[in-house]
Amino acid sequence: MPATWPVSWLVLILLGLSVIGYFLGRQRALASAGGDSRLLHSLPNFYGMNVLLSALIPSAVVLGAWVLIQPMVINSAVSSAIPAEVIAEGSSRDLVMSDVKRVAEGLEIARESGAVTLAEIRALDATQTDIRALLAEVGVALGSDVQPAILKAAQDYRAMSITGSNAMMIIVLLIAIVGFGRSYARTHHEYRARNIVERAVLALLIGAASLAILTTVGIVLSMLFETVNFFGLHDWKDFFFGTVWAPNFRGDSELAIFPLLWGTLYISVVALFVAVPIGLFAAIYLSEYASKAVRGFAKPLLEILAGIPTIVYGLFALVTFGPFLLRMFGDGGVLGVNWMTDARSVATAGIVMGIMLIPFVSSLSDDIINAVPQSLRDGSYGLGATKSETIRQVVLPAALPGIVGAILLAASRAIGETMIVVLGAGAIARLSTNPLDALTTITTRIVSQLTGDGDFASPETLVAFALGLTLFVLTLGLNVLALYIVRKYREQYE
Amino acid sequence: MTDVSQTPQNAPKTSIHTVDARTKKRNAAERRFKAYGIAAITAGLLVLLVLIGTILSNGLGAFQQTFVTLNVELLESKLDKKGERNLEDIKKVSTFGYAPLLKTAFEEKVAELELETGLKSKDMAAILSKSAAADLRNHVLEDPSRIGTTVEFTFLANSRVDGYLKGRVTRESIANDKKISAAQLDFVDMMVAAGVVKKTFNIDFIIGADASDQRPEAAGIGVAMMGSFFMMLVVLLLALPIGVAASIYLEEFAPKNWITDLIEVNISNLAAVPSIVFGILGLAVFINYMHLPQSAPLVGGLVLTLMTLPTIIISTRASLKAVPPSIRDAALGLGASKMQSVFHHVLPLAAPGILTGTIIGLAQALGETAPLLLIGMIGFIASNAPDSISAGLLSPNSAMPAQIYEWAKRAEPAFYERAWGGIIILLIFLVTMNTIAVILRRRFERRW
Repeated sequence: MPATWPVSWLVLILLGLSVIGYFLGRQRALASAGGDSRLLHSLPNFYGMNVLLSALIPSAVVLGAWVLIQPMVINSAVSSAIPAEVIAEGSSRDLVMSDVKRVAEGLEIARESGAVTLAEIRALDATQTDIRALLAEVGVALGSDVQPAILKAAQDYRAMSITGSNAMMIIVLLIAIVGFGRSYARTHHEYRARNIVERAVLALLIGAASLAILTTVGIVLSMLFETVNFFGLHDWKDFFFGTVWAPNFRGDSELAIFPLLWGTLYISVVALFVAVPIGLFAAIYLSEYASKAVRGFAKPLLEILAGIPTIVYGLFALVTFGPFLLRMFGDGGVLGVNWMTDARSVATAGIVMGIMLIPFVSSLSDDIINAVPQSLRDGSYGLGATKSETIRQVVLPAALPGIVGAILLAASRAIGETMIVVLGAGAIARLSTNPLDALTTITTRIVSQLTGDGDFASPETLVAFALGLTLFVLTLGLNVLALYIVRKYREQYE
Repeated sequence: MTDVSQTPQNAPKTSIHTVDARTKKRNAAERRFKAYGIAAITAGLLVLLVLIGTILSNGLGAFQQTFVTLNVELLESKLDKKGERNLEDIKKVSTFGYAPLLKTAFEEKVAELELETGLKSKDMAAILSKSAAADLRNHVLEDPSRIGTTVEFTFLANSRVDGYLKGRVTRESIANDKKISAAQLDFVDMMVAAGVVKKTFNIDFIIGADASDQRPEAAGIGVAMMGSFFMMLVVLLLALPIGVAASIYLEEFAPKNWITDLIEVNISNLAAVPSIVFGILGLAVFINYMHLPQSAPLVGGLVLTLMTLPTIIISTRASLKAVPPSIRDAALGLGASKMQSVFHHVLPLAAPGILTGTIIGLAQALGETAPLLLIGMIGFIASNAPDSISAGLLSPNSAMPAQIYEWAKRAEPAFYERAWGGIIILLIFLVTMNTIAVILRRRFERRW
């Protein structure tokens, strides 16, 4: 017998109960009307839905909330119960807590494999049994021997988790049955089932819509929480005002954002230098000069560039474009200069990223140029201006705010782009101005700090959250600014 | 009366038919401007062409693989000394026990073909993949009665040999290569001439699993494809209903107030948040907080769901908006409730548009890599295809783009070929999905 029933069973039971409720509710309503559905206040299905929803929704909400909150409560309870002397010098409560969890999970695995029984786990004593050896038998490797206090905490953790899960099981089922029973008892041909059901559906719709807010809150909170942890371990002045990025997994790292920010902005600027002229001229040509046939052919083809996954661009930069640049500018290259030492560089990543952004700039600008009223062009032609003069002196100034907005959106894309820079930009954090040097970016460092084998509570890993938050704020600022400019501009002509 | 057409006194008298210098300049500027536009379009299309050319020329090779067909005598004296055909005893013979059989097989082949080669049998066997002995062992374990017979077995060739047949490896490029020598390439030439070494279509690349970094010739993308499939399943099952529900509320029911505004601003901002930020969210919330298993397609699917939701919401709202109000009014006029008018009339009419938007959102999610790196869907993880739905969702797996990244990182030309090949498969999926979306839109979308 498992110590706790898996949540998936509970979900299945709930679903089964509600489906049964649907048919019973429908039947009862029809029966109360003597089988004549014209006597019902609502359509028969609404009575069924009413029972279904009353059984399902409250219990599902409680279930969801419980699953989310239980780990938090148990964590803080167990964590605060750990005596201070167990926490070694240089360690933290969180680190000890992760040991506790590992031991608790190990015990669970040991129990599943039959190495120990539930009663034995409760009676375990670290001074008599070698817990480390016990867990190693079932394939859970621990870094050090288990101290009695940690074993005690792990036992508490397990006990509380099991009690919590069992309580959840019972309470959720009770809520479902009560909801089922109440709504079933109320089902009667005069009962206004439709109003109730529609109100519930509306609540569900609102819930779905607020998920967007929840996601944003989740993003901000999860990063903010870890960023605060990071600043507890690392001086914030070094992060914001330092100039050296030198993570060292043995501690004592210098983690300044400035070199990364420099690399990010440098590569983004190179990308925009490629994407903006090409994208803008392409948009101008397509909207003002091109015949319908050319437009119908070229526009979708250009937009394919936007649909290609970024990993493809990354590989292109790494395998094709970088080595090409190296053959041009590297030692013994075609041009006979030695400006480049590594295939990965600012130019490699920047230019390839620029290619990716071309359709982004061109289709946004295209929309904006098309939104400029024809009367402005006609007026300009009437005064004798040529087509290009009209575009340069009338259309572009009128479309300028929108184009600036498009460029800002492209810039935000460039700053947040990951795969191209991970594969094409290199990993050296420095303040070089040579576009043929390898530099690194915020996104690259987030990936490398979080995919390394580092300890999760060390500043070298946590810095990734601070970087992520910076990235989020940066791109959010650009997006809001861009949307503001675009919206303000649109009001002028609509 | 004033003379409107008064000309400056010292201006030369010219005909309107002769083009003056200023007009010439203006016309030249006009032509230049137009040329810039054409140049920009050409540049864009050229880049696209180069990109596609690079993908095809580098990646098509991955669909072919070099195989070596040999007759191997499965000696009883080596594989089952007791002769009892007891599976446990046979299992005790490790792959080292099988290696001599391969050498013998090569020696016999050379003798049979009457080839002249100065190579030792050990060097001949080195043209096979490192997994050759293991493959043979699995073949024997499948059916122990094969021991004692001579079987014709097709081995994978080493990635260097494979590269040589594909033109990636040349005699110049192997000058400093310890893994293969020029003499071995000569031997390969002879074997190719004899038809023993052949390059054929490689189904294992499409359906197989990743292999360790010593054996690029055995790596396939099939298992990662399963990972992608399960992620897309999660995305479809979550993002479609939630996205549609959110859009219906915002488009049909939401009162105009600050909460609605807040939600709308949030959605448009989420659409532009860098994908890696969603990866951080997934790592912090789903893995560190909720303790869902790392590297699981379920977690990947949840992260991609959050990322795809804004796309689906935006396109769904557009198609709901396109349904004319007269439909709603007619339904309301016949006594339907607001809810009924939406679910019975507006939603079915908007369905093709919603479907199109969903497919495009899925295609976007399918190609996304960055968030998957953070939740651990990289590295050599899955060597077997998941055997059940729950295993598919919960056991560690990779995804197609993450697998491609993994190969790109191994920095070995044979893996680059796999990566490009993987990209071809990924792009085939994307093109198919987008084509379906376009066809759906063309066929079913109504213009009111």
